Amino acid sequence: MHIMEGFLPHPWWEIWFIIALPFIAYGIYKLSKVTKKIPEALPLLALMGAFIFVLSALKLPSVTGSTSHPTGTGLAAVVVGPGITSVLSLIVLIFQALLLAHGGLTTLGANVFSMGIVGPLTAYAIWVACKKVRLSNSVGVFLAAAFGDLITYVVTSVQLALVFPTSAGFFDAFLKFGTIFAITQIPLAIGEGILAVILFDFLAKYKGQLLATLKVIKLPHSTPAQEAAKQ
Amino acid sequence: MKSRYYIVLIAIVVVMFAAPLLFAPSAEYSGSDSAAEQAISDTGYKPWFSPIWEPPSGEIETLLFSLQAAAGALIIGYFVGYERGKRAKKDIKTTQS
Repeated sequence: MHIMEGFLPHPWWEIWFIIALPFIAYGIYKLSKVTKKIPEALPLLALMGAFIFVLSALKLPSVTGSTSHPTGTGLAAVVVGPGITSVLSLIVLIFQALLLAHGGLTTLGANVFSMGIVGPLTAYAIWVACKKVRLSNSVGVFLAAAFGDLITYVVTSVQLALVFPTSAGFFDAFLKFGTIFAITQIPLAIGEGILAVILFDFLAKYKGQLLATLKVIKLPHSTPAQEAAKQ
Repeated sequence: MKSRYYIVLIAIVVVMFAAPLLFAPSAEYSGSDSAAEQAISDTGYKPWFSPIWEPPSGEIETLLFSLQAAAGALIIGYFVGYERGKRAKKDIKTTQS
Protein backbone atom coordinates (compact mmCIF):
# COMPACT_ATOMS: atom_id res chain seq x y z
CA MET A 1 0.00 0.00 0.00
CA HIS A 2 3.03 2.28 0.05
CA ILE A 3 2.80 4.73 -2.78
CA MET A 4 6.42 5.36 -3.65
CA GLU A 5 8.17 8.69 -3.28
CA GLY A 6 7.26 11.16 -6.02
CA PHE A 7 4.52 8.99 -7.50
CA LEU A 8 1.70 11.38 -6.68
CA PRO A 9 1.82 14.55 -8.78
CA HIS A 10 0.56 17.99 -7.82
CA PRO A 11 -2.21 18.56 -6.66
CA TRP A 12 -2.88 15.04 -5.41
CA TRP A 13 -0.16 14.76 -2.82
CA GLU A 14 -1.25 18.03 -1.24
CA ILE A 15 -4.90 16.94 -1.29
CA TRP A 16 -4.17 13.78 0.69
CA PHE A 17 -2.09 15.74 3.20
CA ILE A 18 -4.94 18.14 3.76
CA ILE A 19 -7.45 15.30 4.16
CA ALA A 20 -5.18 13.39 6.56
CA LEU A 21 -4.35 16.41 8.72
CA PRO A 22 -7.54 16.71 10.81
CA PHE A 23 -7.48 12.97 11.60
CA ILE A 24 -3.88 13.20 12.78
CA ALA A 25 -4.72 16.28 14.86
CA TYR A 26 -7.63 14.40 16.44
CA GLY A 27 -5.36 11.41 17.04
CA ILE A 28 -2.75 13.52 18.82
CA TYR A 29 -5.51 15.08 20.94
CA LYS A 30 -6.84 11.60 21.85
CA LEU A 31 -3.32 10.37 22.55
CA SER A 32 -2.58 13.15 25.03
CA LYS A 33 -6.00 12.71 26.63
CA VAL A 34 -5.64 8.96 27.13
CA THR A 35 -2.06 9.15 28.41
CA LYS A 36 -3.12 11.81 30.92
CA LYS A 37 -6.33 10.17 32.10
CA ILE A 38 -5.27 6.52 31.95
CA PRO A 39 -1.47 6.45 32.29
CA GLU A 40 -1.53 2.67 32.80
CA ALA A 41 -2.63 2.41 29.15
CA LEU A 42 0.81 3.60 28.03
CA PRO A 43 2.36 0.09 27.74
CA LEU A 44 -0.72 -0.91 25.74
CA LEU A 45 -0.07 1.92 23.28
CA ALA A 46 3.53 0.75 22.94
CA LEU A 47 2.28 -2.78 22.37
CA MET A 48 -0.10 -1.70 19.62
CA GLY A 49 2.64 0.34 17.97
CA ALA A 50 4.93 -2.69 18.19
CA PHE A 51 2.31 -4.90 16.55
CA ILE A 52 2.05 -2.46 13.63
CA PHE A 53 5.86 -2.31 13.47
CA VAL A 54 6.25 -6.08 13.21
CA LEU A 55 3.42 -6.75 10.77
CA SER A 56 4.24 -3.91 8.41
CA ALA A 57 7.86 -5.11 8.21
CA LEU A 58 6.91 -8.60 7.09
CA LYS A 59 6.73 -9.03 3.35
CA LEU A 60 4.84 -12.25 2.94
CA PRO A 61 4.41 -14.46 -0.11
CA SER A 62 0.92 -14.77 -1.49
CA VAL A 63 -1.05 -16.95 -3.88
CA THR A 64 -0.52 -14.46 -6.71
CA GLY A 65 3.21 -15.15 -6.76
CA SER A 66 4.03 -11.74 -5.37
CA THR A 67 4.63 -10.48 -1.88
CA SER A 68 2.95 -7.85 0.22
CA HIS A 69 2.80 -6.88 3.86
CA PRO A 70 -0.03 -6.68 6.39
CA THR A 71 -0.71 -3.41 8.21
CA GLY A 72 -1.37 -4.39 11.84
CA THR A 73 -3.63 -1.39 12.34
CA GLY A 74 -6.92 -3.24 12.83
CA LEU A 75 -6.08 -4.56 16.30
CA ALA A 76 -4.85 -1.14 17.41
CA ALA A 77 -8.08 0.45 16.17
CA VAL A 78 -10.11 -1.98 18.28
CA VAL A 79 -7.98 -1.60 21.42
CA VAL A 80 -6.92 2.07 21.48
CA GLY A 81 -9.30 3.52 18.89
CA PRO A 82 -8.82 4.68 15.29
CA GLY A 83 -7.59 8.18 16.23
CA ILE A 84 -4.54 7.02 18.15
CA THR A 85 -3.95 4.33 15.51
CA SER A 86 -3.57 7.10 12.91
CA VAL A 87 -0.69 8.58 14.91
CA LEU A 88 0.95 5.16 15.37
CA SER A 89 0.69 4.54 11.61
CA LEU A 90 2.17 7.95 10.88
CA ILE A 91 5.22 7.08 12.99
CA VAL A 92 5.72 3.77 11.18
CA LEU A 93 5.27 5.37 7.76
CA ILE A 94 7.77 8.14 8.52
CA PHE A 95 10.28 5.53 9.72
CA GLN A 96 9.83 3.52 6.51
CA ALA A 97 9.96 6.60 4.26
CA LEU A 98 13.16 7.95 5.81
CA LEU A 99 15.16 4.79 6.50
CA LEU A 100 13.83 2.23 4.04
CA ALA A 101 12.94 4.40 1.03
CA HIS A 102 9.63 2.57 1.29
CA GLY A 103 6.74 4.92 0.70
CA GLY A 104 7.80 8.55 0.77
CA LEU A 105 7.53 11.98 2.31
CA THR A 106 5.53 13.47 -0.56
CA THR A 107 3.17 10.47 -0.53
CA LEU A 108 2.96 10.39 3.27
CA GLY A 109 -0.48 12.03 3.32
CA ALA A 110 -1.93 9.47 0.92
CA ASN A 111 -0.30 6.54 2.73
CA VAL A 112 -1.46 7.77 6.13
CA PHE A 113 -4.95 8.11 4.70
CA SER A 114 -5.09 4.48 3.51
CA MET A 115 -3.16 2.72 6.27
CA GLY A 116 -3.72 5.03 9.22
CA ILE A 117 -7.21 6.40 8.65
CA VAL A 118 -9.54 4.37 6.41
CA GLY A 119 -8.12 0.99 7.50
CA PRO A 120 -8.47 1.65 11.24
CA LEU A 121 -11.86 3.38 10.84
CA THR A 122 -13.19 0.38 8.90
CA ALA A 123 -11.77 -2.02 11.47
CA TYR A 124 -13.34 -0.04 14.30
CA ALA A 125 -16.73 0.12 12.54
CA ILE A 126 -16.68 -3.65 11.96
CA TRP A 127 -15.73 -4.26 15.59
CA VAL A 128 -18.61 -2.08 16.82
CA ALA A 129 -21.03 -3.80 14.42
CA CYS A 130 -19.90 -7.25 15.60
CA LYS A 131 -20.48 -6.20 19.20
CA LYS A 132 -23.97 -4.95 18.28
CA VAL A 133 -24.98 -8.31 16.85
CA ARG A 134 -23.29 -10.04 19.78
CA LEU A 135 -20.62 -11.91 17.91
CA SER A 136 -17.77 -13.16 20.08
CA ASN A 137 -14.71 -10.97 20.70
CA SER A 138 -12.55 -13.30 18.64
CA VAL A 139 -14.82 -13.14 15.59
CA GLY A 140 -15.06 -9.37 15.94
CA VAL A 141 -11.30 -8.87 16.19
CA PHE A 142 -10.66 -11.27 13.31
CA LEU A 143 -13.08 -9.52 10.95
CA ALA A 144 -11.95 -6.06 12.04
CA ALA A 145 -8.25 -6.79 11.51
CA ALA A 146 -8.73 -8.71 8.25
CA PHE A 147 -10.97 -6.12 6.61
CA GLY A 148 -8.98 -3.19 8.01
CA ASP A 149 -5.97 -4.70 6.24
CA LEU A 150 -7.79 -5.41 2.98
CA ILE A 151 -9.54 -2.05 2.73
CA THR A 152 -6.20 -0.24 3.14
CA TYR A 153 -5.09 -1.75 -0.16
CA VAL A 154 -8.41 -0.99 -1.83
CA VAL A 155 -7.96 2.67 -0.85
CA THR A 156 -4.45 2.68 -2.33
CA SER A 157 -5.91 1.28 -5.56
CA VAL A 158 -8.49 4.10 -5.64
CA GLN A 159 -5.81 6.72 -4.92
CA LEU A 160 -3.65 5.48 -7.79
CA ALA A 161 -6.57 5.03 -10.20
CA LEU A 162 -7.66 8.64 -9.58
CA VAL A 163 -4.25 9.91 -10.68
CA PHE A 164 -3.48 7.34 -13.35
CA PRO A 165 -6.72 6.39 -15.10
CA THR A 166 -6.28 4.17 -18.15
CA SER A 167 -7.70 5.09 -21.55
CA ALA A 168 -10.82 3.16 -20.46
CA GLY A 169 -11.18 5.45 -17.45
CA PHE A 170 -11.01 5.39 -13.68
CA PHE A 171 -12.80 2.11 -13.10
CA ASP A 172 -10.54 0.19 -15.46
CA ALA A 173 -7.50 1.60 -13.69
CA PHE A 174 -9.02 0.76 -10.31
CA LEU A 175 -9.39 -2.86 -11.42
CA LYS A 176 -5.81 -2.86 -12.66
CA PHE A 177 -4.36 -1.62 -9.36
CA GLY A 178 -6.93 -3.61 -7.39
CA THR A 179 -5.71 -6.81 -9.03
CA ILE A 180 -2.12 -5.97 -8.11
CA PHE A 181 -2.95 -5.17 -4.51
CA ALA A 182 -6.19 -6.62 -3.25
CA ILE A 183 -5.94 -10.23 -4.43
CA THR A 184 -2.39 -10.56 -3.15
CA GLN A 185 -3.65 -9.16 0.12
CA ILE A 186 -6.45 -11.67 0.82
CA PRO A 187 -4.37 -14.41 2.50
CA LEU A 188 -2.34 -11.74 4.31
CA ALA A 189 -5.52 -10.21 5.68
CA ILE A 190 -6.64 -13.61 6.98
CA GLY A 191 -3.22 -14.11 8.57
CA GLU A 192 -3.32 -10.68 10.18
CA GLY A 193 -6.81 -11.44 11.52
CA ILE A 194 -5.59 -14.63 13.18
CA LEU A 195 -2.52 -12.98 14.74
CA ALA A 196 -4.69 -10.13 16.02
CA VAL A 197 -7.04 -12.62 17.69
CA ILE A 198 -4.13 -14.34 19.46
CA LEU A 199 -2.81 -11.07 20.90
CA PHE A 200 -6.29 -9.79 21.75
CA ASP A 201 -7.08 -13.01 23.64
CA PHE A 202 -3.94 -12.49 25.67
CA LEU A 203 -4.92 -8.90 26.46
CA ALA A 204 -8.44 -9.93 27.44
CA LYS A 205 -7.02 -12.56 29.78
CA TYR A 206 -4.23 -10.52 31.38
CA LYS A 207 -5.36 -6.93 30.92
CA GLY A 208 -9.13 -7.36 31.10
CA GLN A 209 -9.50 -4.59 33.66
CA LEU A 210 -7.59 -2.12 31.51
CA LEU A 211 -9.56 -3.06 28.38
CA ALA A 212 -12.75 -2.50 30.37
CA THR A 213 -11.47 0.94 31.46
CA LEU A 214 -10.83 1.75 27.81
CA LYS A 215 -14.37 0.50 27.10
CA VAL A 216 -13.11 -2.15 24.67
CA ILE A 217 -14.80 -5.02 26.48
CA LYS A 218 -17.21 -5.35 29.35
CA LEU A 219 -15.97 -7.55 32.13
CA PRO A 220 -18.32 -10.49 32.67
CA HIS A 221 -20.22 -10.79 35.93
CA SER A 222 -18.81 -7.87 37.84
CA THR A 223 -21.97 -6.54 39.39
CA PRO A 224 -21.49 -4.03 42.22
CA ALA A 225 -22.55 -6.69 44.72
CA GLN A 226 -19.77 -9.03 43.61
CA GLU A 227 -17.25 -6.22 43.63
CA ALA A 228 -18.21 -5.51 47.22
CA ALA A 229 -17.97 -9.22 48.10
CA LYS A 230 -14.37 -9.28 46.80
CA GLN A 231 -13.29 -6.62 49.26
CA MET B 1 -6.08 -27.59 26.12
CA LYS B 2 -6.35 -23.91 25.45
CA SER B 3 -2.79 -23.81 24.14
CA ARG B 4 -3.70 -26.41 21.50
CA TYR B 5 -6.15 -23.86 20.05
CA TYR B 6 -3.36 -21.31 19.62
CA ILE B 7 -1.01 -23.89 18.14
CA VAL B 8 -3.65 -24.67 15.51
CA LEU B 9 -4.13 -20.95 14.78
CA ILE B 10 -0.40 -20.36 14.36
CA ALA B 11 -0.12 -23.51 12.22
CA ILE B 12 -2.82 -22.15 9.89
CA VAL B 13 -0.84 -18.90 9.48
CA VAL B 14 2.42 -20.75 8.79
CA VAL B 15 0.83 -23.15 6.28
CA MET B 16 -0.97 -20.32 4.52
CA PHE B 17 2.28 -18.44 3.87
CA ALA B 18 4.34 -21.54 3.13
CA ALA B 19 1.79 -22.90 0.62
CA PRO B 20 2.49 -20.39 -2.20
CA LEU B 21 6.21 -21.17 -1.97
CA LEU B 22 5.52 -24.90 -2.24
CA PHE B 23 2.97 -24.75 -5.04
CA ALA B 24 4.45 -21.94 -7.12
CA PRO B 25 8.18 -22.09 -6.41
CA SER B 26 9.11 -20.44 -9.70
CA ALA B 27 6.99 -17.31 -9.26
CA GLU B 28 8.80 -14.00 -8.89
CA TYR B 29 7.54 -12.98 -5.45
CA SER B 30 8.31 -9.34 -6.06
CA GLY B 31 6.50 -6.80 -3.92
CA SER B 32 3.01 -5.62 -4.85
CA ASP B 33 4.16 -2.08 -4.07
CA SER B 34 6.83 -2.27 -6.75
CA ALA B 35 4.37 -3.96 -9.15
CA ALA B 36 2.15 -0.89 -8.83
CA GLU B 37 5.19 1.35 -9.24
CA GLN B 38 6.00 -0.54 -12.45
CA ALA B 39 2.42 -0.26 -13.74
CA ILE B 40 2.62 3.52 -13.25
CA SER B 41 6.05 3.82 -14.86
CA ASP B 42 4.64 1.91 -17.87
CA THR B 43 2.24 4.80 -18.47
CA GLY B 44 5.30 7.01 -19.00
CA TYR B 45 5.05 8.79 -15.65
CA LYS B 46 8.29 10.06 -14.16
CA PRO B 47 8.32 10.51 -10.37
CA TRP B 48 8.98 14.17 -9.55
CA PHE B 49 10.71 13.52 -6.24
CA SER B 50 13.06 10.78 -5.14
CA PRO B 51 13.78 9.49 -1.63
CA ILE B 52 16.26 11.70 0.24
CA TRP B 53 18.11 8.58 1.41
CA GLU B 54 18.01 5.04 0.10
CA PRO B 55 19.54 1.94 1.65
CA PRO B 56 22.74 1.45 -0.38
CA SER B 57 22.05 -2.24 -1.03
CA GLY B 58 19.38 -4.91 -0.76
CA GLU B 59 21.22 -6.32 2.24
CA ILE B 60 21.11 -3.03 4.11
CA GLU B 61 17.41 -2.69 3.30
CA THR B 62 16.80 -6.21 4.64
CA LEU B 63 18.79 -5.29 7.74
CA LEU B 64 16.60 -2.26 8.40
CA PHE B 65 13.39 -4.23 7.82
CA SER B 66 14.65 -6.92 10.20
CA LEU B 67 15.42 -4.28 12.82
CA GLN B 68 11.91 -2.89 12.44
CA ALA B 69 10.38 -6.34 13.01
CA ALA B 70 12.82 -7.16 15.81
CA ALA B 71 12.06 -3.94 17.67
CA GLY B 72 8.34 -4.67 17.50
CA ALA B 73 8.75 -8.31 18.49
CA LEU B 74 10.98 -7.30 21.41
CA ILE B 75 8.29 -5.01 22.83
CA ILE B 76 5.54 -7.62 22.35
CA GLY B 77 7.65 -10.33 23.98
CA TYR B 78 8.59 -8.09 26.89
CA PHE B 79 4.95 -7.11 27.47
CA VAL B 80 3.65 -10.68 27.31
CA GLY B 81 6.40 -12.04 29.56
CA TYR B 82 6.00 -9.20 32.07
CA GLU B 83 2.26 -9.68 32.37
CA ARG B 84 2.51 -13.46 32.67
CA GLY B 85 5.21 -13.16 35.32
CA LYS B 86 3.16 -10.66 37.27
CA ARG B 87 0.13 -12.94 37.17
CA ALA B 88 2.18 -15.99 38.21
CA LYS B 89 3.60 -14.10 41.20
CA LYS B 90 0.13 -13.02 42.26
CA ASP B 91 -1.13 -16.60 41.99
CA ILE B 92 1.66 -17.87 44.24
CA LYS B 93 0.84 -15.20 46.83
CA THR B 94 -2.88 -16.08 46.89
CA THR B 95 -2.19 -19.81 47.28
CA GLN B 96 0.22 -19.10 50.13
CA SER B 97 -2.12 -16.90 52.13
